Amino acid sequence: MNEGAKRGMFEEPRNVDRLFWGLAAVCGALVVLELIVGRHAEFPFEGWPGFYGVFGFAVFVTVVLIGKRLRRFLRREEDYYDR
Amino acid sequence: MTASAAESLALLPPGLILILGALVLPFLRGRVQAALTLLLPLVSFAHLSLLSDGSTTNLEALGASLTVVRVDRLSLIFGIVFHIAAVLSALYALHVRDTTQHVSAMVYVGSAVGAVFAGDLVTLFIYWELTAVSSVFLIWASRSECATRAGLRYLVIQVGSGVLLLAGVVLHYRATGSLEFTRLIGEDGSLATAGPGVLLILAAFGIKCAFPLMHNWLQDAYPKATVTGTVFLSAFTTKLAVYTLVRGFPGTEALIGIGVVMTLFPIFFAVIENDLRKVLAYSLNNQLGFMVVGVGVGTELALNGAVAHAFVHIIYKGLLFMSMGAVLYRTQTSKASELGGLYRSMPLTAACCVVGAMSISAFPLFSGFVAKSLTLSAVAEGHHVWVWLGLLAASAGVMEHSGIKIPFFSFFGHDSGIRCKEAPVHMLLAMGIAAFLCIAIGCYPTPLYTLLPFEVDYAPYADLGHCLTQLQLLLFAALAFGFLMRTRLYPPEVPSVNLDSDWIYRRWLPRIVRAVGGVGAEASAALGALAGRWLALALRGVHLLHGPRGVLARTWSTGGIALWAILCLFGYLLLAFTR
Repeated sequence: MNEGAKRGMFEEPRNVDRLFWGLAAVCGALVVLELIVGRHAEFPFEGWPGFYGVFGFAVFVTVVLIGKRLRRFLRREEDYYDR
Repeated sequence: MTASAAESLALLPPGLILILGALVLPFLRGRVQAALTLLLPLVSFAHLSLLSDGSTTNLEALGASLTVVRVDRLSLIFGIVFHIAAVLSALYALHVRDTTQHVSAMVYVGSAVGAVFAGDLVTLFIYWELTAVSSVFLIWASRSECATRAGLRYLVIQVGSGVLLLAGVVLHYRATGSLEFTRLIGEDGSLATAGPGVLLILAAFGIKCAFPLMHNWLQDAYPKATVTGTVFLSAFTTKLAVYTLVRGFPGTEALIGIGVVMTLFPIFFAVIENDLRKVLAYSLNNQLGFMVVGVGVGTELALNGAVAHAFVHIIYKGLLFMSMGAVLYRTQTSKASELGGLYRSMPLTAACCVVGAMSISAFPLFSGFVAKSLTLSAVAEGHHVWVWLGLLAASAGVMEHSGIKIPFFSFFGHDSGIRCKEAPVHMLLAMGIAAFLCIAIGCYPTPLYTLLPFEVDYAPYADLGHCLTQLQLLLFAALAFGFLMRTRLYPPEVPSVNLDSDWIYRRWLPRIVRAVGGVGAEASAALGALAGRWLALALRGVHLLHGPRGVLARTWSTGGIALWAILCLFGYLLLAFTR
């Protein structure tokens, strides 16, 4: 980052914190709303409260961490194929 | 226009206006050329409205009856979205002053349009190869060594797909006597009972559709095409393949498994890829997986899902490639490790990119949601639990690479310090229209649903719980991103190249060829040495007999010769007596 350049609104740590916790609050609200609204579930496990949320969170973390591991085997220098 | 003129115009094969128009383009220059490139798809689009559902144009050629044009609901919807993509891409490419790119783009679009209206396999084959040969120039137009090589690899694989198709068509024709392009797979949807011709045709479609292990031409070539070339490429080749699968292989069970693998494996590669246009290519592969699953399930709802997904995907994927293209155009890079904080310089491009990202992630009220819901519902109705879970996981994966990674690392994240101009007006206009379509279709899907091949009895917003759970999936995934960034577990973007299946033919096979070649060279050298030794021996023998001191080179006296002659005659006499 340019030293001395003004931090943008998306880089200000306080704003980033607000964004993160705001998102967490919305996620919590969605689970509560789901309990109120209810939903037609095709599979039994689908009806568990917060199933989609937990699934989304878990898959995201798993994908990123596996991807990170994969990089150890797959990563090469940028000019790998040009050599 | 008189009724008869309209009727005769309607007989013109769709796409031909684009291909013939492309032949005029080399005679024009500058703005006029670019403007005609925009006008051609508009005229061709207008021509499409003259076609009526159910009409066909037949042609007697090569002793067979060919259906060069067949208009039905399936071909029409692909024809429409191909034209939307062509118009938007041409608008986006209005600044390009390169005859090669304009001509190849128009021939490419024209042949893709022609292919979806082809009623027989021979016509399909001709257009199939034409898309391959014309599109490679969009890659070569980058005019770099690396693009030239990637283009060659692309061409070999694409033309190879055409060769497989032709072989399949010949075998299929010998087995059935039919050239009609209709459902090719049997009623049981099993590949075990399918003939070799049908299997070859499926392999040809599979290559173009980027099936697992046949996929890497896509990630290899697309990011190396020109800024505008990639936008064109992203729309046609793979979606033409999806169309052919919907037409020829609905309900083929094997496609369900293939599709699920396609949705899942690219997301891991997308996480660690640094070139954002390549991330989009992996994302394209993942999206194709959803469509292939829809084709595999094969119910009316699932096929509608596959077609609807192809329709909206062409628009939002084009939008995402346009936004990354605009970044590349202005900053000369599309690498995540070099970008960041561009929302300051390119706020409108950033906004359009976010719309594209939300559409592909299938946020409610965006176009991805109304299409993907059809496929997921069809999978759930079929009680394919594992497939359903796989697609749900892939949906969270889409949120990772296209929903967050693309906009975050280019427009937000850390400030790269790059300050540039906003994208040119015509690019913004193309992106704006695409973004508008993404939201419009997402909010009001009825017009899209009425275009689908089968009647739609589905209301995506009727079940509020469905919208809520989808939001939960996506926002919790976004929360996970925040969590990983805060805990510094998210892998940093680093300049690198990641090995994929192209390693097999770019490194492994050449190595084997070199090794085999090495063994061959050694063997030939050894043989050569042996032959040399024999030759030397033989020469020495000749030298011994015929050399200056050789027995046969001596000058013999007349007496000596007479003696030898007497001895020979004596021997002859003996032989005669002993007979």
